[in-house]
Amino acid sequence: MATWVDYAIIGGKAVFIWGFALTLLPVLIWFERKGAAFIQDRAGPNRAAILGIRLAGFIHNIADVVKLLMKEMMIPPHVNRTYFMIAPVLGFTFILSAFAVIPWADTLHVAGREISMQVADLNAGILFILAITSLNVYGIVLAGWSSNNKFALMGGLRSTAQMISYEIPLGLALVGVFMVFGSAQLNEIVRGQGELLFGFLPKWGLFVQPLGALLFIVAAFAETNRNPFDLPEGESEIVAGYHVEYSGMRFALFYMGEYVAIVLASAMIVTLFFGGWQVPYLPTEKLVASADTLLKIMLGVGGAGALAFAGLMLFWAKRMKDGGGFGDLRDKEGIVLGLAHIAIGGAMLFFFWKTLSLEALPDWGARTVALVAQISAFAAKTIFWCWVFIWVRWSLPRFRYDQLMRLGWKQMIPLSFVNIFVTGLMILVMNR
Amino acid sequence: MQVALFYILATLSVAGGLLMVGQKNPLAGAFSLILSLCSLAGLVAMLHAEFVFILQVLVYAGAIMVLIIFTIMLLNLKKEELQEAPVGWMRLLLTATLCALGAFGAIQVFGEVDPGQVELATGFGNIESVGRSMLSDFVYPFEVISLILLVAVVGVVLLAKKVI
Amino acid sequence: MIGLHHYLYLSAILFFIGAFGVLFRRNLLVILMSIELMLNAVNLSFIAFSRHATGDVDGHVAAFFVMALAAAEAGIGLAILVMLFRNRTTVQADDLTLMRD
Repeated sequence: MATWVDYAIIGGKAVFIWGFALTLLPVLIWFERKGAAFIQDRAGPNRAAILGIRLAGFIHNIADVVKLLMKEMMIPPHVNRTYFMIAPVLGFTFILSAFAVIPWADTLHVAGREISMQVADLNAGILFILAITSLNVYGIVLAGWSSNNKFALMGGLRSTAQMISYEIPLGLALVGVFMVFGSAQLNEIVRGQGELLFGFLPKWGLFVQPLGALLFIVAAFAETNRNPFDLPEGESEIVAGYHVEYSGMRFALFYMGEYVAIVLASAMIVTLFFGGWQVPYLPTEKLVASADTLLKIMLGVGGAGALAFAGLMLFWAKRMKDGGGFGDLRDKEGIVLGLAHIAIGGAMLFFFWKTLSLEALPDWGARTVALVAQISAFAAKTIFWCWVFIWVRWSLPRFRYDQLMRLGWKQMIPLSFVNIFVTGLMILVMNR
Repeated sequence: MQVALFYILATLSVAGGLLMVGQKNPLAGAFSLILSLCSLAGLVAMLHAEFVFILQVLVYAGAIMVLIIFTIMLLNLKKEELQEAPVGWMRLLLTATLCALGAFGAIQVFGEVDPGQVELATGFGNIESVGRSMLSDFVYPFEVISLILLVAVVGVVLLAKKVI
Repeated sequence: MIGLHHYLYLSAILFFIGAFGVLFRRNLLVILMSIELMLNAVNLSFIAFSRHATGDVDGHVAAFFVMALAAAEAGIGLAILVMLFRNRTTVQADDLTLMRD
């Protein structure tokens, strides 16, 4: 029977993944603005400030949130009220619940328990994500239709048609992954990516299924309505799109839903094709066995890095003071950051010195270190892919609608069939 | 816990069904049907059918209902066109009688079936066991279904064209 | 405990609700959706029997086939409906009397 400990563990995992997804949100919005500025060779938002502190534009997110909260959440008189109010909720809730099956580390064996690092270890895990992607369509189609506005309806229907068209190559590209790794459970797929191909390449999905990876990535861009497939929303710039009649916090829900979809798509791409939580060349057993070395390396390098950063901050503070300063809180920014990092670096080096004499960690300690390493690997890879989403958005022009549909139906679906066929042939040949 | 979950899901599905046949506006009916379908998916998940649960959500709630909702929105019926003749009381009486007879017959038939405890295999309802069974015992219907789907796709494309 | 009977009664109730919709509603879209509800009720019955009576996954395979057929039938039904709407601008079954008169 399930005790309260089991429920508490599941609750903790749910809170963790919810926190992870929602914490990445302001980071992504910041990436988007600063990244766009960087690619377009300009400065980006750098004016929003709290008493002078700008944090390189991060404070701008707070300004955004305040603006969206304070805007009037107007419901125009000509809309269909029930559906109008439900649509953003649907769009946001389904996407957030899809994170339940994404594994962020290997199964933890601690205190006689096996705790799997996903909220729900479904047997057909990938199909669950596909199902949620299908349900996502409802938020958009409801928003477009309830607005009683021809442009919103056209935008909503176009987006729906695009999303359901690209679900097919998305699903078919996954079939190759199933065949190679022999399971639809996401954790099994990530574990299978820990082996080595030809002795030197990690068996990542990218290397065993290059065409499948390309198809999945392109289809993921289309599913999240993201450039180069953002005609339904790019109409926002010209006309409206499906969220024209929304203002204030309702619009914020759509906006956030789009960014959470980006995080989900990145997490999926990382889990299936880039090794998931696997640290390259270090499968879990090796990590646990060499946990003490790893701990020493992490503490030592971390401490040294923090101290170096502190030195940089203090140098910057001195440069600012010599240059005349700003006259507000920004003068103290360098000193505060520098001192904080001296404290952090000092603490890490102190612990490094203490663990230098340690031979081996207790079992739970070694497993915790392995867990931290795997979570960090997963987070780093996901953030990298979120950056790729943003990078592509500001680099490529938009597809026209007929080009988009032709690409999805006439080019990607036959390619995915070819992929399945070739993968089947290779598995047959290699298993002789 | 299981009993409570069953009754909640069963009530939701019956309520969704009743709302669907009762609503005048087909769009509201479509959303009630989605509620009913998702509750049914939960019920099959309670019966240890993991693969069919995901398929219910993926195919029914995610694809077929999107298709129906798409069509309803494209047709864009005005309020006047939605008026129907009211259902007469004779028809209601007939239906209620048939339902009661059906329920009585069901109780007569099912009341005796007592299957007892059935041992489930470890991978019951898994995608692997269903796939294995489908591709070994049921391979002929599987191939026929794919032909049927092909015919359906070609038929739909031809039917919906404005100029053949 | 929840046994086979509960699921079968629920399946019967849903089937009759769907049958009511098919017989007494005039809107073609509602008729199509009621057919879907009937097919779903049958699916539930298959899965319940598979779990409680046979213990193997034949019921799941049958449910899979029912789902595939329901998808094909919904697609074709909607295509016919769209064509009908294009020609007669009505979706009420009462207005389709060309073969009757």
